[in-house]
Amino acid sequence: MLHIINKSPLDRNSLDTVLTTAAGGSILLIEDGVYAATKGNAFEARLKAAMGKFKVFALKGDLEARGIADRVTDGVSMVDYGGFVDLVAENKTAQSWL
Amino acid sequence: MSGDIKKFMFVNRKAPYGTIYALESLEVVLIAAAFEQDVSLAFLDDGVYQLKKGHSTKGIEIKGFEKTYGALDDYDVNKLYVDQESLAARGLTADDLSVAVEIMSRAELGKLMDEQDVVLSF
Amino acid sequence: MKFGILVNEGPYTHQASDSAYQFTKAALEKGHEIFRVFFYHDGVNNATRLTTPPQDDRNIVNRWSKLAEDHKLDMVVCVAAAQRRGIVDEGEAKRNGKDATNLAPGFRISGLGQLVEAGIQSDRMVVFGD
Repeated sequence: MLHIINKSPLDRNSLDTVLTTAAGGSILLIEDGVYAATKGNAFEARLKAAMGKFKVFALKGDLEARGIADRVTDGVSMVDYGGFVDLVAENKTAQSWL
Repeated sequence: MSGDIKKFMFVNRKAPYGTIYALESLEVVLIAAAFEQDVSLAFLDDGVYQLKKGHSTKGIEIKGFEKTYGALDDYDVNKLYVDQESLAARGLTADDLSVAVEIMSRAELGKLMDEQDVVLSF
Repeated sequence: MKFGILVNEGPYTHQASDSAYQFTKAALEKGHEIFRVFFYHDGVNNATRLTTPPQDDRNIVNRWSKLAEDHKLDMVVCVAAAQRRGIVDEGEAKRNGKDATNLAPGFRISGLGQLVEAGIQSDRMVVFGD
C-alpha cells in the first residue's frame, strides 16, 4: 500500500494515524506533508522510527517550493511527479489520508 | 458494466456537519453498493463522531443524515469498522453509536485496508 | 497502467487540484492511460469557465481543459455536487431553471456512477483532497 499524506504532522494527525494503523508499505509525503521530512521538526524521531516498517518518500517539488529541500531527514527519498506515478504503479493500492 | 467486483473501502476521518465530507462520502457508498461492489466503511479519528447517535440539527438548520447510516443495511452495506482507539480517545463506547458496527484495533483496521482494491477518502 | 483520479477540492484554495494535474500530466508523459478524472465536493469548482486568475500565475481551469483536449481525457463533474455549488451546463440549466451556464470546455457533468466505474475499471485510483 502506498500511503499519501498531504498535511504537516504538527497541523493534522494524518501521519500519526498512518503510523499507528498501517501494517507497512510506502509513505509518500506531498504538499504540506513534506514538512514531516525536515530535520529538527518535532515529529522527526517518529518518522525515523517508522522507517523500519515503511519506505518514506517526499515530493521534491513540494520541498523546494517551501524552501526546505536543504534539510531533508536522512532516510527520506526525494521523488518528482514521475516518481510519484511510479510509486502508485508499483504498489497494489494508493490510499490518500485526507 | 463488466460485472467486476472490487473491494471498495471508504475511509471516514472527519466529523459530521463541520464539513460536507461525511455526507457526500455516504452518497458514493450508496452508488458503489448499487453497482454491487464489495463495500466497507472505516471510521477513525473524528470520523467516529459521524456514528454518534442522536443528531438533532434543527438549531443549525442543516439537514441531518444520521438515518442514512441506519439505511446502509438495506443496501447490503453492513461492513462498518470502527477504530477502538479513536472511540476511547473521544469518550465513546458502542452504546453511543447509531448503528451496529465492528469495533477493532488500529492494527486490525490496517490489515483490512491492505486487503482492499480501492480506498477512497474524502 | 490505467489510472483513475479523484479531485476533491476546488482551484487555488487547496493544492489538491494542482497536485492532481501534475500527477495526471506525469502519468501521461510516462505512457500511462488516464481512465477518468472525477471532480467531487468543491472539486467541481475546477470546471467553471468564469475564473480570471492573475496573469502571472497558473490558470487552473484552462490548464485542465487543455490537458483534456491534448490527451482526450474524460473529465467528469459530479452532478449532485455541481448542483449544490452552481456548476451548470445547458442540460442542467434547462432542468433546474437557471438563466446561465458556466461549464468549462473539456468537462462533462454526470453521476457518481462514473466515479465508481473509474474505481472498477482503473488499475489504480489516486485521490487528491484536503
